[in-house]
Amino acid sequence: MSDATPIGTDDVVKIANLARLTLTDDEVSRFTEQLRSVLDHARDVAALDVHDLEPTAHPLGLVNVLRADIVEASLDRDEVLSQAPNVVDHRFSVPRIVGEAP
Amino acid sequence: MNVVEIVTQVRAGERSAVSVTEESLGRIASHDGEIHAFLDVQADRALARAAAVDRTVAAGSDPGPLAGVPIALKDNLCQRGEVTSCASKILAGWRPPYDATVVSRLEAAGAIVVGKTNMDEFAMGSSTENSAFGPTRNPRNTSRVPGGSSGGSAAAVAASMVPLSLGSDTGGSIRQPAALCGVVGVKPTYGLVSRYGLIAFASSLDQIGPFASSVADAAWLLEVIAGHDARDTTSLVMDAPSLVDHLDDGVAGLRVGLCTDLLEGCAPDVTAKVRSAAEALSAAGATVTEIAIPELRYGLSAYYLLAPAEASSNLARYDGVRYGNRVDAEDVAAMNTATRTQGFGDEVKRRIMLGTYALSAGYYDAYYGQAQRVRTLIINAFASAYESVDLLLGATTPTTAFEIGAKVGDPMSMYLSDVCTIPTNLAGHPALSVPFGTGDDGMPIGVQLLGPALSEERLFRAASVLEAGAGS
Repeated sequence: MSDATPIGTDDVVKIANLARLTLTDDEVSRFTEQLRSVLDHARDVAALDVHDLEPTAHPLGLVNVLRADIVEASLDRDEVLSQAPNVVDHRFSVPRIVGEAP
Repeated sequence: MNVVEIVTQVRAGERSAVSVTEESLGRIASHDGEIHAFLDVQADRALARAAAVDRTVAAGSDPGPLAGVPIALKDNLCQRGEVTSCASKILAGWRPPYDATVVSRLEAAGAIVVGKTNMDEFAMGSSTENSAFGPTRNPRNTSRVPGGSSGGSAAAVAASMVPLSLGSDTGGSIRQPAALCGVVGVKPTYGLVSRYGLIAFASSLDQIGPFASSVADAAWLLEVIAGHDARDTTSLVMDAPSLVDHLDDGVAGLRVGLCTDLLEGCAPDVTAKVRSAAEALSAAGATVTEIAIPELRYGLSAYYLLAPAEASSNLARYDGVRYGNRVDAEDVAAMNTATRTQGFGDEVKRRIMLGTYALSAGYYDAYYGQAQRVRTLIINAFASAYESVDLLLGATTPTTAFEIGAKVGDPMSMYLSDVCTIPTNLAGHPALSVPFGTGDDGMPIGVQLLGPALSEERLFRAASVLEAGAGS
Protein backbone atom coordinates (compact mmCIF):
# COMPACT_ATOMS: atom_id res chain seq x y z
CA MET A 1 0.00 0.00 0.00
CA SER A 2 2.81 2.43 0.83
CA ASP A 3 3.99 2.41 -2.77
CA ALA A 4 0.47 2.31 -4.22
CA THR A 5 -0.60 5.20 -6.43
CA PRO A 6 -2.68 7.72 -4.49
CA ILE A 7 -6.44 7.63 -4.94
CA GLY A 8 -7.44 9.65 -8.04
CA THR A 9 -10.59 11.18 -9.46
CA ASP A 10 -11.24 8.07 -11.59
CA ASP A 11 -11.21 5.91 -8.46
CA VAL A 12 -13.64 8.25 -6.71
CA VAL A 13 -16.06 8.21 -9.64
CA LYS A 14 -15.86 4.41 -9.69
CA ILE A 15 -16.47 3.91 -5.96
CA ALA A 16 -19.28 6.49 -5.93
CA ASN A 17 -20.96 4.45 -8.66
CA LEU A 18 -20.46 1.22 -6.67
CA ALA A 19 -22.00 2.93 -3.63
CA ARG A 20 -24.95 4.26 -5.69
CA LEU A 21 -23.98 7.93 -5.32
CA THR A 22 -23.78 10.62 -7.99
CA LEU A 23 -21.14 13.32 -7.54
CA THR A 24 -20.80 16.69 -9.24
CA ASP A 25 -17.40 17.55 -10.75
CA ASP A 26 -16.67 19.82 -7.78
CA GLU A 27 -17.52 17.03 -5.36
CA VAL A 28 -15.27 14.58 -7.22
CA SER A 29 -12.25 16.85 -6.84
CA ARG A 30 -13.03 17.80 -3.22
CA PHE A 31 -13.73 14.21 -2.10
CA THR A 32 -10.63 12.96 -3.94
CA GLU A 33 -8.45 15.39 -2.03
CA GLN A 34 -10.10 14.59 1.32
CA LEU A 35 -9.99 10.81 0.86
CA ARG A 36 -6.35 11.06 -0.22
CA SER A 37 -5.54 12.87 3.01
CA VAL A 38 -7.17 10.11 5.11
CA LEU A 39 -5.46 7.36 3.12
CA ASP A 40 -2.11 9.17 3.42
CA HIS A 41 -2.54 9.11 7.18
CA ALA A 42 -3.12 5.35 6.93
CA ARG A 43 0.38 4.82 5.52
CA ASP A 44 1.70 4.30 9.07
CA VAL A 45 -0.59 1.29 9.34
CA ALA A 46 0.50 0.01 5.94
CA ALA A 47 4.15 0.14 6.95
CA LEU A 48 3.67 -2.19 9.93
CA ASP A 49 4.75 -5.79 9.66
CA VAL A 50 1.75 -7.61 11.09
CA HIS A 51 1.56 -10.54 8.67
CA ASP A 52 1.93 -13.03 11.53
CA LEU A 53 -1.13 -11.65 13.39
CA GLU A 54 -4.63 -12.98 12.84
CA PRO A 55 -7.11 -10.34 11.64
CA THR A 56 -9.79 -9.31 14.16
CA ALA A 57 -13.24 -8.83 12.67
CA HIS A 58 -15.05 -8.67 15.97
CA PRO A 59 -14.04 -8.14 19.61
CA LEU A 60 -16.09 -11.05 21.01
CA GLY A 61 -14.99 -13.75 18.56
CA LEU A 62 -18.61 -14.42 17.66
CA VAL A 63 -20.13 -17.82 17.12
CA ASN A 64 -23.62 -18.36 15.75
CA VAL A 65 -26.36 -17.60 18.25
CA LEU A 66 -29.59 -19.47 17.63
CA ARG A 67 -32.89 -19.17 19.43
CA ALA A 68 -35.27 -22.02 20.12
CA ASP A 69 -37.42 -22.92 17.12
CA ILE A 70 -40.65 -21.58 18.61
CA VAL A 71 -43.13 -19.31 16.88
CA GLU A 72 -43.02 -15.78 18.32
CA ALA A 73 -44.85 -12.58 17.47
CA SER A 74 -43.14 -10.53 14.77
CA LEU A 75 -43.55 -6.92 13.69
CA ASP A 76 -47.04 -5.81 12.69
CA ARG A 77 -47.24 -5.87 8.88
CA ASP A 78 -49.37 -2.77 8.47
CA GLU A 79 -47.22 -0.80 10.89
CA VAL A 80 -44.08 -1.74 8.95
CA LEU A 81 -45.65 -0.97 5.56
CA SER A 82 -46.97 2.37 6.83
CA GLN A 83 -43.34 3.58 6.86
CA ALA A 84 -42.48 2.46 3.32
CA PRO A 85 -42.16 5.08 0.56
CA ASN A 86 -44.60 3.24 -1.72
CA VAL A 87 -46.87 0.25 -1.04
CA VAL A 88 -49.20 -1.61 -3.41
CA ASP A 89 -51.42 -4.49 -2.22
CA HIS A 90 -49.52 -4.92 1.07
CA ARG A 91 -46.19 -5.10 -0.76
CA PHE A 92 -43.24 -2.75 -1.14
CA SER A 93 -43.51 -1.15 -4.55
CA VAL A 94 -40.50 -0.07 -6.65
CA PRO A 95 -40.02 1.39 -10.13
CA ARG A 96 -39.24 -0.81 -13.11
CA ILE A 97 -36.37 -3.26 -12.51
CA VAL A 98 -35.77 -4.66 -16.03
CA GLY A 99 -35.94 -2.82 -19.34
CA GLU A 100 -38.40 -3.31 -22.20
CA ALA A 101 -37.86 -6.35 -24.45
CA PRO A 102 -35.85 -5.33 -27.52
CA MET B 1 -31.81 17.49 39.67
CA ASN B 2 -29.91 14.42 40.72
CA VAL B 3 -31.19 10.96 39.97
CA VAL B 4 -31.05 9.52 43.46
CA GLU B 5 -33.00 12.48 44.87
CA ILE B 6 -35.64 12.31 42.14
CA VAL B 7 -36.12 8.55 42.48
CA THR B 8 -36.24 8.68 46.28
CA GLN B 9 -38.78 11.51 46.31
CA VAL B 10 -40.97 10.10 43.55
CA ARG B 11 -41.01 6.62 45.06
CA ALA B 12 -41.94 8.03 48.45
CA GLY B 13 -44.74 10.11 46.93
CA GLU B 14 -43.06 13.32 48.16
CA ARG B 15 -42.78 14.68 44.64
CA SER B 16 -44.76 13.76 41.55
CA ALA B 17 -43.15 12.43 38.40
CA VAL B 18 -45.33 14.92 36.54
CA SER B 19 -43.75 17.88 38.33
CA VAL B 20 -40.23 16.54 37.70
CA THR B 21 -41.09 16.09 34.02
CA GLU B 22 -42.64 19.56 33.81
CA GLU B 23 -39.46 21.03 35.21
CA SER B 24 -37.37 19.23 32.58
CA LEU B 25 -39.71 20.29 29.75
CA GLY B 26 -39.59 23.85 31.08
CA ARG B 27 -35.78 23.89 30.95
CA ILE B 28 -35.91 22.55 27.39
CA ALA B 29 -38.45 25.20 26.38
CA SER B 30 -36.35 28.03 27.80
CA HIS B 31 -32.87 26.85 26.76
CA ASP B 32 -33.10 24.68 23.69
CA GLY B 33 -33.82 27.50 21.29
CA GLU B 34 -30.21 28.54 21.81
CA ILE B 35 -28.56 25.11 22.33
CA HIS B 36 -30.50 22.94 19.86
CA ALA B 37 -29.81 19.72 21.74
CA PHE B 38 -33.17 18.23 20.73
CA LEU B 39 -34.53 17.20 17.35
CA ASP B 40 -37.89 16.22 18.83
CA VAL B 41 -39.49 16.92 22.22
CA GLN B 42 -42.25 14.53 23.28
CA ALA B 43 -44.00 16.70 25.87
CA ASP B 44 -47.47 15.12 25.79
CA ARG B 45 -46.18 11.57 25.73
CA ALA B 46 -43.72 12.31 28.56
CA LEU B 47 -46.39 13.87 30.78
CA ALA B 48 -48.74 10.93 30.16
CA ARG B 49 -45.96 8.49 31.12
CA ALA B 50 -45.16 10.54 34.22
CA ALA B 51 -48.81 10.51 35.25
CA ALA B 52 -48.78 6.72 34.90
CA VAL B 53 -45.74 6.52 37.20
CA ASP B 54 -47.57 8.68 39.76
CA ARG B 55 -50.60 6.39 39.59
CA THR B 56 -48.34 3.39 40.18
CA VAL B 57 -46.90 5.09 43.27
CA ALA B 58 -50.38 6.04 44.51
CA ALA B 59 -51.52 2.44 44.09
CA GLY B 60 -48.66 1.28 46.31
CA SER B 61 -46.90 -0.63 43.50
CA ASP B 62 -43.20 -0.47 42.60
CA PRO B 63 -42.66 2.27 39.98
CA GLY B 64 -39.14 1.05 39.15
CA PRO B 65 -35.55 2.10 39.90
CA LEU B 66 -35.67 5.20 37.64
CA ALA B 67 -39.17 6.30 38.64
CA GLY B 68 -39.94 9.75 37.28
CA VAL B 69 -36.44 10.48 35.94
CA PRO B 70 -36.51 12.44 32.65
CA ILE B 71 -34.14 11.08 30.02
CA ALA B 72 -33.20 12.08 26.46
CA LEU B 73 -32.32 9.58 23.72
CA LYS B 74 -29.85 10.00 20.89
CA ASP B 75 -31.80 10.04 17.65
CA ASN B 76 -30.31 6.73 16.48
CA LEU B 77 -32.28 4.79 19.12
CA CYS B 78 -35.57 3.40 17.83
CA GLN B 79 -38.70 4.35 19.68
CA ARG B 80 -41.93 2.82 18.43
CA GLY B 81 -44.13 5.36 16.69
CA GLU B 82 -41.84 8.32 17.48
CA VAL B 83 -39.76 10.09 14.84
CA THR B 84 -36.25 8.60 14.66
CA SER B 85 -34.11 10.20 11.96
CA CYS B 86 -30.43 9.62 12.85
CA ALA B 87 -30.17 13.35 12.02
CA SER B 88 -30.38 12.38 8.34
CA LYS B 89 -32.67 13.60 5.58
CA ILE B 90 -32.90 10.03 4.32
CA LEU B 91 -34.77 8.97 7.50
CA ALA B 92 -36.54 12.28 8.25
CA GLY B 93 -40.01 11.52 9.57
CA TRP B 94 -39.44 7.78 9.98
CA ARG B 95 -41.41 6.18 12.83
CA PRO B 96 -39.93 2.80 13.87
CA PRO B 97 -42.30 -0.13 14.33
CA TYR B 98 -40.50 -1.26 17.49
CA ASP B 99 -38.65 -0.03 20.59
CA ALA B 100 -34.93 -0.45 21.12
CA THR B 101 -34.28 -2.75 24.09
CA VAL B 102 -32.76 0.15 26.05
CA VAL B 103 -35.99 2.11 25.54
CA SER B 104 -38.14 -0.79 26.80
CA ARG B 105 -35.87 -1.20 29.81
CA LEU B 106 -35.93 2.51 30.65
CA GLU B 107 -39.69 2.67 30.48
CA ALA B 108 -40.09 -0.51 32.52
CA ALA B 109 -37.82 1.15 35.10
CA GLY B 110 -40.12 4.18 35.29
CA ALA B 111 -37.87 6.63 33.40
CA ILE B 112 -39.59 9.34 31.35
CA VAL B 113 -38.34 9.79 27.78
CA VAL B 114 -38.68 13.51 26.98
CA GLY B 115 -37.26 13.55 23.45
CA LYS B 116 -34.65 12.68 20.85
CA THR B 117 -31.31 14.45 20.68
CA ASN B 118 -29.26 15.90 17.85
CA MET B 119 -26.20 14.09 16.55
CA ASP B 120 -23.82 13.91 13.62
CA GLU B 121 -25.69 12.21 10.77
CA PHE B 122 -25.58 8.42 11.32
CA ALA B 123 -23.19 9.10 14.25
CA MET B 124 -20.38 10.07 11.86
CA GLY B 125 -18.57 13.06 13.25
CA SER B 126 -16.98 14.66 16.29
CA SER B 127 -18.83 17.97 16.57
CA THR B 128 -22.57 17.44 15.81
CA GLU B 129 -22.08 19.83 12.90
CA ASN B 130 -22.85 16.98 10.49
CA SER B 131 -26.52 16.91 11.53
CA ALA B 132 -28.86 17.48 8.59
CA PHE B 133 -30.92 19.66 10.95
CA GLY B 134 -28.29 22.17 12.11
CA PRO B 135 -25.59 22.05 14.78
CA THR B 136 -25.90 21.81 18.56
CA ARG B 137 -24.11 24.47 20.62
CA ASN B 138 -21.97 23.82 23.70
CA PRO B 139 -23.92 25.05 26.76
CA ARG B 140 -20.65 26.21 28.40
CA ASN B 141 -19.93 28.53 25.47
CA THR B 142 -22.37 28.67 22.60
CA SER B 143 -19.75 29.57 19.98
CA ARG B 144 -18.09 26.19 20.61
CA VAL B 145 -19.09 22.71 19.46
CA PRO B 146 -20.45 20.24 22.03
CA GLY B 147 -18.38 17.44 20.48
CA GLY B 148 -19.95 14.48 18.78
CA SER B 149 -21.41 12.45 17.52
CA SER B 150 -23.70 12.34 20.61
CA GLY B 151 -23.44 16.14 21.03
CA GLY B 152 -27.14 16.69 21.69
CA SER B 153 -27.24 14.11 24.49
CA ALA B 154 -24.14 15.65 26.13
CA ALA B 155 -25.47 19.21 25.79
CA ALA B 156 -28.91 18.28 27.15
CA VAL B 157 -27.32 17.02 30.38
CA ALA B 158 -24.76 19.86 30.56
CA ALA B 159 -27.56 22.45 30.27
CA SER B 160 -29.58 20.63 33.00
CA MET B 161 -32.43 20.03 30.58
CA VAL B 162 -32.41 16.37 31.66
CA PRO B 163 -30.47 14.58 34.41
CA LEU B 164 -29.70 11.62 32.11
CA SER B 165 -29.34 10.80 28.45
CA LEU B 166 -28.18 7.96 26.24
CA GLY B 167 -25.68 8.11 23.41
CA SER B 168 -23.72 5.65 21.32
CA ASP B 169 -19.94 5.34 21.10
CA THR B 170 -18.25 3.87 18.01
CA GLY B 171 -14.91 5.69 18.25
CA GLY B 172 -15.50 8.09 21.15
CA SER B 173 -18.96 9.50 20.42
CA ILE B 174 -20.00 9.39 24.10
CA ARG B 175 -16.69 10.18 25.85
CA GLN B 176 -15.54 13.02 23.57
CA PRO B 177 -18.74 15.15 23.84
CA ALA B 178 -18.94 14.34 27.57
CA ALA B 179 -15.44 15.78 28.00
CA LEU B 180 -16.15 18.87 25.88
CA CYS B 181 -19.44 19.63 27.69
CA GLY B 182 -18.22 18.83 31.22
CA VAL B 183 -20.38 15.80 32.01
CA VAL B 184 -19.77 12.10 32.71
CA GLY B 185 -19.88 9.78 29.68
CA VAL B 186 -19.44 6.01 29.68
CA LYS B 187 -18.64 3.59 26.86
CA PRO B 188 -19.43 0.15 28.33
CA THR B 189 -17.80 -3.15 27.37
CA TYR B 190 -18.86 -4.28 23.90
CA GLY B 191 -21.88 -6.56 24.40
CA LEU B 192 -22.81 -5.32 27.89
CA VAL B 193 -25.73 -3.18 26.65
CA SER B 194 -28.11 -4.56 24.01
CA ARG B 195 -27.91 -2.81 20.65
CA TYR B 196 -31.30 -4.07 19.46
CA GLY B 197 -32.90 -0.96 18.00
CA LEU B 198 -29.68 1.05 17.73
CA ILE B 199 -29.33 2.13 14.09
CA ALA B 200 -26.09 0.48 12.98
CA PHE B 201 -22.97 2.46 12.01
CA ALA B 202 -20.00 0.08 12.52
CA SER B 203 -21.35 -3.06 14.12
CA SER B 204 -18.11 -4.45 15.55
CA LEU B 205 -17.51 -1.14 17.39
CA ASP B 206 -20.90 0.44 18.29
CA GLN B 207 -22.01 0.46 21.92
CA ILE B 208 -24.77 2.35 23.78
CA GLY B 209 -23.92 4.15 27.01
CA PRO B 210 -24.97 6.81 29.53
CA PHE B 211 -24.41 10.53 29.99
CA ALA B 212 -25.00 12.01 33.45
CA SER B 213 -23.96 14.96 35.55
CA SER B 214 -22.41 12.68 38.18
CA VAL B 215 -20.62 9.33 38.33
CA ALA B 216 -23.33 7.91 40.61
CA ASP B 217 -26.12 8.89 38.21
CA ALA B 218 -24.27 7.27 35.30
CA ALA B 219 -23.84 4.07 37.33
CA TRP B 220 -27.52 4.10 38.23
CA LEU B 221 -28.49 4.32 34.55
CA LEU B 222 -25.98 1.73 33.32
CA GLU B 223 -27.30 -0.83 35.82
CA VAL B 224 -30.79 -0.42 34.32
CA ILE B 225 -29.81 -0.79 30.66
CA ALA B 226 -27.08 -3.46 30.96
CA GLY B 227 -27.59 -7.22 30.87
CA HIS B 228 -28.33 -9.95 28.36
CA ASP B 229 -30.89 -9.51 25.61
CA ALA B 230 -31.80 -12.44 23.36
CA ARG B 231 -32.66 -9.98 20.58
CA ASP B 232 -29.01 -8.93 20.17
CA THR B 233 -26.73 -11.78 19.13
CA THR B 234 -23.69 -9.78 20.33
CA SER B 235 -25.17 -9.39 23.81
CA LEU B 236 -23.04 -10.96 26.56
CA VAL B 237 -24.84 -13.69 28.49
CA MET B 238 -24.64 -12.12 31.94
CA ASP B 239 -26.58 -9.95 34.36
CA ALA B 240 -26.02 -6.22 34.78
CA PRO B 241 -22.96 -5.52 36.94
CA SER B 242 -23.37 -4.10 40.45
CA LEU B 243 -21.91 -0.59 40.24
CA VAL B 244 -23.80 1.73 42.60
CA ASP B 245 -23.04 -0.37 45.69
CA HIS B 246 -19.28 -0.11 45.06
CA LEU B 247 -18.96 3.57 44.16
CA ASP B 248 -17.42 4.48 47.53
CA ASP B 249 -15.04 1.53 47.73
CA GLY B 250 -12.08 3.71 46.78
CA VAL B 251 -8.91 2.91 44.86
CA ALA B 252 -6.53 1.80 47.62
CA GLY B 253 -4.19 -0.82 46.19
CA LEU B 254 -5.38 -0.32 42.62
CA ARG B 255 -2.60 -0.19 40.00
CA VAL B 256 -3.16 2.70 37.60
CA GLY B 257 -1.07 3.23 34.47
CA LEU B 258 -0.72 6.83 33.33
CA CYS B 259 -0.59 6.13 29.60
CA THR B 260 1.85 8.53 27.96
CA ASP B 261 0.57 7.59 24.51
CA LEU B 262 -2.85 8.94 25.53
CA LEU B 263 -1.24 12.33 26.19
CA GLU B 264 0.70 12.65 22.96
CA GLY B 265 -0.36 15.66 20.93
CA CYS B 266 -2.54 16.94 23.77
CA ALA B 267 -2.61 20.63 24.69
CA PRO B 268 -0.56 21.54 27.79
CA ASP B 269 -3.63 22.41 29.87
CA VAL B 270 -5.17 18.99 29.11
CA THR B 271 -1.94 17.17 29.94
CA ALA B 272 -1.63 19.08 33.21
CA LYS B 273 -5.15 18.02 34.26
CA VAL B 274 -4.48 14.37 33.47
CA ARG B 275 -1.33 14.54 35.57
CA SER B 276 -3.21 16.08 38.49
CA ALA B 277 -5.84 13.36 38.13
CA ALA B 278 -3.00 10.84 38.48
CA GLU B 279 -1.93 12.60 41.67
CA ALA B 280 -5.49 12.52 43.00
CA LEU B 281 -5.66 8.75 42.45
CA SER B 282 -2.27 8.34 44.05
CA ALA B 283 -3.31 10.42 47.07
CA ALA B 284 -6.35 8.13 47.43
CA GLY B 285 -4.10 5.08 47.70
CA ALA B 286 -3.68 3.88 44.12
CA THR B 287 -0.25 2.97 42.81
CA VAL B 288 0.30 5.15 39.75
CA THR B 289 3.05 4.40 37.24
CA GLU B 290 3.73 5.74 33.77
CA ILE B 291 3.20 3.24 30.99
CA ALA B 292 3.88 3.44 27.26
CA ILE B 293 1.68 1.56 24.77
CA PRO B 294 3.13 2.78 21.47
CA GLU B 295 0.84 0.54 19.41
CA LEU B 296 -2.13 2.78 20.32
CA ARG B 297 -0.88 5.39 17.87
CA TYR B 298 -2.00 3.16 14.99
CA GLY B 299 -5.58 3.04 16.27
CA LEU B 300 -6.81 6.13 14.44
CA SER B 301 -5.68 4.99 10.99
CA ALA B 302 -6.98 1.46 11.50
CA TYR B 303 -10.31 2.82 12.73
CA TYR B 304 -10.77 5.12 9.74
CA LEU B 305 -10.47 2.09 7.46
CA LEU B 306 -12.51 -0.39 9.54
CA ALA B 307 -15.43 1.82 10.62
CA PRO B 308 -16.10 3.22 7.10
CA ALA B 309 -15.86 -0.32 5.67
CA GLU B 310 -18.55 -1.52 8.08
CA ALA B 311 -20.59 1.65 7.50
CA SER B 312 -20.52 1.24 3.73
CA SER B 313 -22.11 -2.17 4.21
CA ASN B 314 -24.59 -1.12 6.94
CA LEU B 315 -25.78 1.94 5.02
CA ALA B 316 -26.46 -0.06 1.85
CA ARG B 317 -29.93 -0.65 3.34
CA TYR B 318 -30.95 2.96 2.68
CA ASP B 319 -32.17 2.34 -0.83
CA GLY B 320 -35.58 4.00 -0.83
CA VAL B 321 -37.49 0.71 -0.79
CA ARG B 322 -38.65 -0.39 2.67
CA TYR B 323 -38.42 2.71 4.87
CA GLY B 324 -37.12 6.24 4.85
CA ASN B 325 -37.46 8.66 2.00
CA ARG B 326 -37.39 8.02 -1.74
CA VAL B 327 -36.47 10.20 -4.68
CA ASP B 328 -38.38 8.83 -7.67
CA ALA B 329 -36.64 7.92 -10.92
CA GLU B 330 -37.38 5.82 -14.00
CA ASP B 331 -35.91 2.53 -12.75
CA VAL B 332 -34.79 0.98 -9.49
CA ALA B 333 -31.06 1.63 -9.83
CA ALA B 334 -31.64 5.29 -10.70
CA MET B 335 -34.12 5.59 -7.79
CA ASN B 336 -31.57 4.07 -5.36
CA THR B 337 -28.89 6.47 -6.58
CA ALA B 338 -31.08 9.59 -6.52
CA THR B 339 -32.40 8.68 -3.05
CA ARG B 340 -28.91 8.20 -1.59
CA THR B 341 -27.38 11.18 -3.37
CA GLN B 342 -30.04 13.56 -2.03
CA GLY B 343 -30.57 11.81 1.31
CA PHE B 344 -26.99 11.56 2.66
CA GLY B 345 -24.79 14.47 3.74
CA ASP B 346 -21.13 14.95 2.78
CA GLU B 347 -19.54 13.17 5.75
CA VAL B 348 -21.74 10.09 5.29
CA LYS B 349 -20.85 10.03 1.59
CA ARG B 350 -17.14 10.34 2.42
CA ARG B 351 -17.26 7.41 4.83
CA ILE B 352 -19.30 5.24 2.49
CA MET B 353 -16.82 5.90 -0.31
CA LEU B 354 -13.79 5.37 1.93
CA GLY B 355 -15.24 2.06 3.10
CA THR B 356 -16.20 1.00 -0.41
CA TYR B 357 -12.64 1.74 -1.51
CA ALA B 358 -11.06 -0.12 1.44
CA LEU B 359 -13.18 -3.18 0.64
CA SER B 360 -12.85 -3.07 -3.14
CA ALA B 361 -10.99 -5.61 -5.25
CA GLY B 362 -7.27 -4.92 -5.28
CA TYR B 363 -7.32 -2.84 -2.07
CA TYR B 364 -8.99 -5.22 0.40
CA ASP B 365 -5.78 -6.81 1.71
CA ALA B 366 -3.80 -3.59 1.73
CA TYR B 367 -6.41 -1.56 3.60
CA TYR B 368 -9.17 -3.57 5.29
CA GLY B 369 -7.14 -6.73 5.92
CA GLN B 370 -4.14 -4.78 7.19
CA ALA B 371 -6.35 -2.70 9.51
CA GLN B 372 -7.90 -5.88 10.95
CA ARG B 373 -4.42 -7.18 11.79
CA VAL B 374 -3.52 -3.85 13.38
CA ARG B 375 -6.68 -4.23 15.46
CA THR B 376 -5.22 -7.49 16.80
CA LEU B 377 -1.92 -5.70 17.48
CA ILE B 378 -3.76 -3.11 19.62
CA ILE B 379 -5.79 -5.76 21.47
CA ASN B 380 -2.56 -7.63 22.28
CA ALA B 381 -0.86 -4.43 23.43
CA PHE B 382 -3.73 -3.65 25.83
CA ALA B 383 -3.65 -7.24 27.14
CA SER B 384 0.04 -6.93 27.88
CA ALA B 385 -0.47 -3.57 29.64
CA TYR B 386 -3.25 -5.01 31.79
CA GLU B 387 -0.85 -7.63 33.12
CA SER B 388 0.90 -4.88 35.09
CA VAL B 389 -1.92 -2.35 35.73
CA ASP B 390 -5.62 -2.57 36.61
CA LEU B 391 -6.67 0.64 34.85
CA LEU B 392 -5.24 3.16 32.42
CA LEU B 393 -5.53 6.92 32.72
CA GLY B 394 -5.21 9.39 29.85
CA ALA B 395 -6.80 12.35 28.14
CA THR B 396 -10.26 12.00 26.60
CA THR B 397 -9.65 14.70 23.98
CA PRO B 398 -6.48 16.51 22.83
CA THR B 399 -8.03 19.97 23.44
CA THR B 400 -11.07 21.62 24.98
CA ALA B 401 -14.11 22.31 22.76
CA PHE B 402 -13.22 24.01 19.48
CA GLU B 403 -15.13 26.76 17.68
CA ILE B 404 -18.12 25.86 15.52
CA GLY B 405 -16.90 25.80 11.91
CA ALA B 406 -13.21 25.39 12.78
CA LYS B 407 -12.79 21.86 11.42
CA VAL B 408 -15.71 21.17 9.08
CA GLY B 409 -13.67 21.78 5.94
CA ASP B 410 -10.83 19.45 6.95
CA PRO B 411 -12.09 15.93 7.77
CA MET B 412 -8.65 14.66 8.81
CA SER B 413 -8.26 17.33 11.49
CA MET B 414 -11.77 16.49 12.74
CA TYR B 415 -10.89 12.78 12.86
CA LEU B 416 -7.88 13.58 15.06
CA SER B 417 -10.31 14.67 17.83
CA ASP B 418 -10.92 10.95 18.40
CA VAL B 419 -7.30 9.87 18.71
CA CYS B 420 -7.48 9.11 22.46
CA THR B 421 -10.87 7.38 22.46
CA ILE B 422 -10.64 5.07 19.42
CA PRO B 423 -8.31 2.33 20.77
CA THR B 424 -10.90 1.30 23.38
CA ASN B 425 -13.53 0.62 20.73
CA LEU B 426 -11.12 -1.46 18.65
CA ALA B 427 -10.53 -3.67 21.70
CA GLY B 428 -14.20 -3.78 22.78
CA HIS B 429 -13.19 -2.53 26.24
CA PRO B 430 -15.00 -0.10 28.57
CA ALA B 431 -13.83 3.45 29.23
CA LEU B 432 -15.33 6.61 30.68
CA SER B 433 -14.71 10.33 30.72
CA VAL B 434 -15.11 12.28 33.95
CA PRO B 435 -14.90 16.09 34.20
CA PHE B 436 -11.69 17.26 35.86
CA GLY B 437 -11.53 21.02 35.99
CA THR B 438 -11.24 23.51 33.16
CA GLY B 439 -8.64 24.55 30.61
CA ASP B 440 -6.93 27.89 30.03
CA ASP B 441 -10.02 29.02 28.09
CA GLY B 442 -12.37 28.16 30.96
CA MET B 443 -13.87 25.23 29.05
CA PRO B 444 -14.30 21.79 30.67
CA ILE B 445 -11.58 19.13 30.51
CA GLY B 446 -12.40 15.44 30.84
CA VAL B 447 -9.96 12.75 31.85
CA GLN B 448 -10.36 9.23 30.56
CA LEU B 449 -10.20 5.98 32.52
CA LEU B 450 -9.80 2.76 30.55
CA GLY B 451 -9.97 -0.85 31.68
CA PRO B 452 -10.07 -4.39 30.33
CA ALA B 453 -13.37 -6.03 29.33
CA LEU B 454 -15.99 -5.94 32.11
CA SER B 455 -13.95 -3.75 34.46
CA GLU B 456 -16.80 -1.24 34.83
CA GLU B 457 -16.98 -1.53 38.61
CA ARG B 458 -13.30 -0.54 38.92
CA LEU B 459 -13.70 2.32 36.41
CA PHE B 460 -16.65 3.77 38.34
CA ARG B 461 -14.79 3.53 41.67
CA ALA B 462 -11.83 5.43 40.25
CA ALA B 463 -14.13 7.95 38.56
CA SER B 464 -15.81 8.63 41.93
CA VAL B 465 -12.43 9.44 43.44
CA LEU B 466 -11.62 11.82 40.57
CA GLU B 467 -15.04 13.46 40.80
CA ALA B 468 -14.46 14.16 44.49
CA GLY B 469 -11.00 15.60 43.73
CA ALA B 470 -11.91 17.60 40.63
CA GLY B 471 -12.52 20.84 42.48
CA SER B 472 -9.08 20.92 44.06
